[in-house]
Amino acid sequence: MIQFLSYLLNGISLGSVYAIIALGYSMVYGIAKMLNFAHGDVIMIGAYISFCAIQYWNLPPAIAIVLAILVCTVLGIVIERLAYKPLRQATSLSVLITAIGVSWLLQNIALLIWGANPKSYQSLVGFGSLTLFDGQLHITSETFITIAANIVIMIALTLFTGKTKMGKAMRAVSEDKGAAELMGINVNATISMTFAIGSGLAAIAGVLLCSAYPVLMPTTGSMPGIKAFTAAVFGGIGSIPGALIGGILLGLIEIMGKAYVSTELGDALVFAVLIIVLLVKPTGLLGKKIHEKV
Amino acid sequence: MKKILAIALALVMMMTASLAMADAIKIGVIGPMTGAYAVYGLAVQYGAQIAADEINAKGGLQFEILSEDDQGDGELGINAYNKLLDDGVTLMLSTVTSGSCAVVADVANEERIFMLTPSGSADAITEGKDNIYRVCFKDSSQGLASAQYIVDNKLATKVGVIYNNAIDYSMGIYNSFKAKAAELGLEIVAEAAFSDDNNADYSVQIAQMKDAGAELVFLPIYYTPASLILSQAASVGYDPIFFGVDGMDGILTLEGFDPALAEGVMLLTPFSADAQDDLTKNFVATYQAKHGEIPNQFAADAYDGMYALLAACEKAGITADTSAEDACEMMIPAMQEIEVVGLTGTMRWDATGEVDKTPTAVVIKDGVYVGAGN
Repeated sequence: MIQFLSYLLNGISLGSVYAIIALGYSMVYGIAKMLNFAHGDVIMIGAYISFCAIQYWNLPPAIAIVLAILVCTVLGIVIERLAYKPLRQATSLSVLITAIGVSWLLQNIALLIWGANPKSYQSLVGFGSLTLFDGQLHITSETFITIAANIVIMIALTLFTGKTKMGKAMRAVSEDKGAAELMGINVNATISMTFAIGSGLAAIAGVLLCSAYPVLMPTTGSMPGIKAFTAAVFGGIGSIPGALIGGILLGLIEIMGKAYVSTELGDALVFAVLIIVLLVKPTGLLGKKIHEKV
Repeated sequence: MKKILAIALALVMMMTASLAMADAIKIGVIGPMTGAYAVYGLAVQYGAQIAADEINAKGGLQFEILSEDDQGDGELGINAYNKLLDDGVTLMLSTVTSGSCAVVADVANEERIFMLTPSGSADAITEGKDNIYRVCFKDSSQGLASAQYIVDNKLATKVGVIYNNAIDYSMGIYNSFKAKAAELGLEIVAEAAFSDDNNADYSVQIAQMKDAGAELVFLPIYYTPASLILSQAASVGYDPIFFGVDGMDGILTLEGFDPALAEGVMLLTPFSADAQDDLTKNFVATYQAKHGEIPNQFAADAYDGMYALLAACEKAGITADTSAEDACEMMIPAMQEIEVVGLTGTMRWDATGEVDKTPTAVVIKDGVYVGAGN
């Protein structure tokens, strides 16, 4: 029973990281209608920046996190401006290939700057762990903070898209780009803003991911990126609560699958569930069904 | 006039370049220079280059290293192999990873090109191939030696294993360990696998070890996932003896790693960067000066591999003019006659292509390797 509780917490914590990454995919898809496959690598860059801030520049953790967020935000805007904006009118396939190209570019830049050797990441949110039930259940501070960060980000984003002018503009652009432009909304600025927020979140995800699983290398972001993309599709791509539910369910399936089915099949189960969900409900759990006008 | 001058100049440059190169025996290094396994490919490339520079500085036979990237993939490995042969390579110090090595070794065996793999450890690489040799231990011998060592030294009676089912290296060691453990009556109480994923969650695997009461956890894996397992085991207060193989070497050089996590970890390894002999000290110093990192097992294997090639070339009388096909037939008997004192021990080879050297058991104390015997 206690073992189950421990798996449950681990699953929610892992799922929370997926959820934060999935948000980045989901927001960008919702507004720019493109899959930003470089998102996972922005996470990796964020983690490296915070690693450097702590190890080489001896900055306090809070500043390291802020610095990582700033760098990733700027990086997100630059990537959008240079790689995606010129392709706004191109077919979605060209944009997809470009995104994969950006992903490879970022990985190889990291390889050049930081080398191929993995680095061991010092947890930025490690304050020891809580022991319950006579030492049978250990809950690390990373688990708490990841879950808390996830909740705070979800609430903040929901308020942002619901209440602020910029948030409303985002929703308008996601609904109908042309009509939004006619209403006087600056579509380009809105898309840039989306990339900025998504990439800033990626930096937070990078810090949390590497704090919980402390290995950092140029390919660190790829697998979590793909799983988070799965989570976004699972929950319904384009939907903020969908990313939350998709991420957490994915984390739980992965951990529970390993624990009760087979440690070898954890990842396979994750993707099998995705296929089943898409077969039964092609728009994902919370995805809206859009009727195309003929 | 200018054009003719330029062409003439280019011709002269080409001729002098080819003259300079004609003296050197070209050695092909294939390995993952980019991608997830880049750390191993680059280490081999750097280690081999340091050895080549030393050999060239001494005069005598000259070597030139040509390296190609295969990202650890067999198909790319074949492309790299063909390109290197086109570039005039005589001998191969390839390939770095087991998966790609098995594929390239098949082709090299058919085409009669001599290949010495620094680090491809899967048993199948050399099996039935007379022209494929290796510097590192084969996987099964590491599994056997580990089980034997645990039983001989009575380290534990209940053993758990966490292995990586996505790589040949880990599976090979795990299978032979399991067989030997059964033979010696060593009880394996828990086995858990994971599939190559750098930031994986190991909480489930660790919980399984803990619940089964494993006193020793055998980790036939590389040091990167091992570092995650050590840190996650510490966070749940699980502290068995962790026992690794040569892939564990490098954990102490992981930048930012807290050595306290590795306290008491035991491993069987032929190379340790902390060894105090002159050969190791010089190599580590040169490597660090050039690349800013402590060399790992792979770099040492490549360095030793170059010296083995040198010794065999001298023995067989191979020069830069020898064709790759002739060199292959000359290298095979020569490899069995040489003895090389290298970073990873004193090495001799037999006709199967396997190396004979002794691994030493070390235990990590206060962030350094200490001989386990004392």
